[in-house]
Amino acid sequence: MEKTAVAILGSGNIGTDLMYKLKRSKFLRPVIMAGIVADSEGLARARQEGLAITSEGIEGLLKQKETFEIVFDATTAGAHKIHAPLLRDAKKIAIDLTPAAVGPYVIPLVNLEEHVGESNLNLVSCGGQATVPLVSALDEVAPVEYAEIVATIASKSAGPGTRQNIDEFTDTTARGLEKIGHAARGKAIIVLNPAEPPILMRNTVHGVLTSADEGKILRSIESMVGRIKEYVPGYRLRAKPLIQDLSNGSSKKKVTLFVEVEGAGDFLPKYAGNLDIMTSAAVKVGEEISRHLRAGTWKKPTAEVIQ
Amino acid sequence: MSEKTFIHILDSSLRDGSHALSHQYTAAQVSSVARGLDDAGVEMIEVSHGDGLGGSTVTYGFSKQSEMELIQAAAEVIKNGKLAVLLLPGIGTKDDLKMAADYGAKVAQIATHVTEADIAEQHIGVAKKMGMEVIGMLMLSHMASPEKIAEQGKLMESFGADVVLVTDSAGALLPDTVKQRVAALRGALKIGVGFHGHNNLSLAVANSVAAIEEGARWIDACTCGLGAGSGNTPTEVLTAVLDKMGYETGINLWKIMDVAENIVRPIMPKPVRIGKVSLTMGYAGVYSSFLLHADKAAEQFGVDARDILVELGKRKVVGGQEDMIVEVAMMLAEKQKQDARA
Repeated sequence: MEKTAVAILGSGNIGTDLMYKLKRSKFLRPVIMAGIVADSEGLARARQEGLAITSEGIEGLLKQKETFEIVFDATTAGAHKIHAPLLRDAKKIAIDLTPAAVGPYVIPLVNLEEHVGESNLNLVSCGGQATVPLVSALDEVAPVEYAEIVATIASKSAGPGTRQNIDEFTDTTARGLEKIGHAARGKAIIVLNPAEPPILMRNTVHGVLTSADEGKILRSIESMVGRIKEYVPGYRLRAKPLIQDLSNGSSKKKVTLFVEVEGAGDFLPKYAGNLDIMTSAAVKVGEEISRHLRAGTWKKPTAEVIQ
Repeated sequence: MSEKTFIHILDSSLRDGSHALSHQYTAAQVSSVARGLDDAGVEMIEVSHGDGLGGSTVTYGFSKQSEMELIQAAAEVIKNGKLAVLLLPGIGTKDDLKMAADYGAKVAQIATHVTEADIAEQHIGVAKKMGMEVIGMLMLSHMASPEKIAEQGKLMESFGADVVLVTDSAGALLPDTVKQRVAALRGALKIGVGFHGHNNLSLAVANSVAAIEEGARWIDACTCGLGAGSGNTPTEVLTAVLDKMGYETGINLWKIMDVAENIVRPIMPKPVRIGKVSLTMGYAGVYSSFLLHADKAAEQFGVDARDILVELGKRKVVGGQEDMIVEVAMMLAEKQKQDARA
């Protein structure tokens, strides 16, 4: 079976980690990495791995003779806003790992099928990738009135972009809980912890459900965690789900989940589960697109004409 | 007659103090406390959820009434002083800050963990743009060296802060270690320096005095020593002490005592005191806001709250990680069960 050829835009830590994951993919084949720093470690490693490289960024990428169908953008939000129209004109499908949010938000296990045929997909945030699938799993059991998550990440894994715009994380993740996880109301909190050695990414998820069968909740969560593990092997529950009655005497339930994400350590350190889950989700989205491309189904549904 | 040195007091009875009431203030209570503080001459009166704007959550406890209703209630009665709010980047957002400013907040305290000042750049910038006075807070200051504090304080200064506070969130500093940190900030910054204390080791007033002796001019306090853990520096006591030392605060001593005794004390569900759990916080250096959450988890899971705190200390948790309390309590309960079987 022919693998789908893909390109990596951005030769930093994220782009480099992504390259190693793509090398392992059964459906995707990285053929080129584009950066803007000629002597960057990322480009050197890409060359070692047999990829074509260019240090002329997006221009260099688009004038390459290599053909590829998908471009993973691991640069910055500002850069992606410039890249997006160029990639669209070149008929490439963009998977955007930055917070630019040019295209719709996508969580692979939850809503990718709603966006088949899109030319640009955004990966929400690390907290969103780690928690929205769980909220969605709760929503499958009973309506979620309220979802709240606390993501704690190692200080060392938070780059300057995240730090300068921490509200982007809280706002984007909260909207993801609502729009993709289907919580009626969402709230996201992020905490940076400077402990040495650095801590693994942790997430606590609280969901308030209108009513629920405990067995069904546990089975739904277990099944979702299993499916996430398939593409993020270091994703796990740290403790048994805690299911409590709300103190106000209603039939509502409060479910609390404790999650830890250990990175695969491909290029990024293992503690940076927050970054690993982004590169892992990017690969997963790419693989799903590849499946559609091979089946000839990566097309927007034709609008029905109602007489 | 020589001019007395002025010490700027921010009363946080309606913010840090709200921890002691599990964030259950009503607008009517806020209105009467704020009116009393304003009438007593308090320069800055802070109103927010204990964990800052946007803190009303499962993790930190839901407020009884919406924060903006409480802020509005205070804004309506403050005539001479300035209404202040607190924001922790990562919990609240710029939108919360804008809303508070629309309701009349004039001072923004922006707090980060002592090593993470750079997550506050945007919030400090937005507050300054709206014409607010900005007080940067370096929380859990005991966890960093004076040099680190100077470096992080400089960052806050570069973002536009008007003042930076050594913030002893765990009530773990001693007068000497307060002085070292205040001196480091004073040496590195052109802007004002202050101190926010907690009374877990019964040193809140003494530490505030130590900070002032080292040149701090901004002090946070709460009437009746309300506040997280064993409470903050009691405003009425600090006022008396500073008056005796010859400092000016603008606060009328008799009136602030009356506010504490007649308005705040009747609202308190129980007196704030140094108990074995809050003392452990000061001793082990754990975030004071964890107190009531640790008490609750200890009861729910049948473990000792002190063991929870010590374990949290070992894991080097920081402010905002209240979600760890239940997880640690569950882990300790499980361990107890296993030990009992063995």
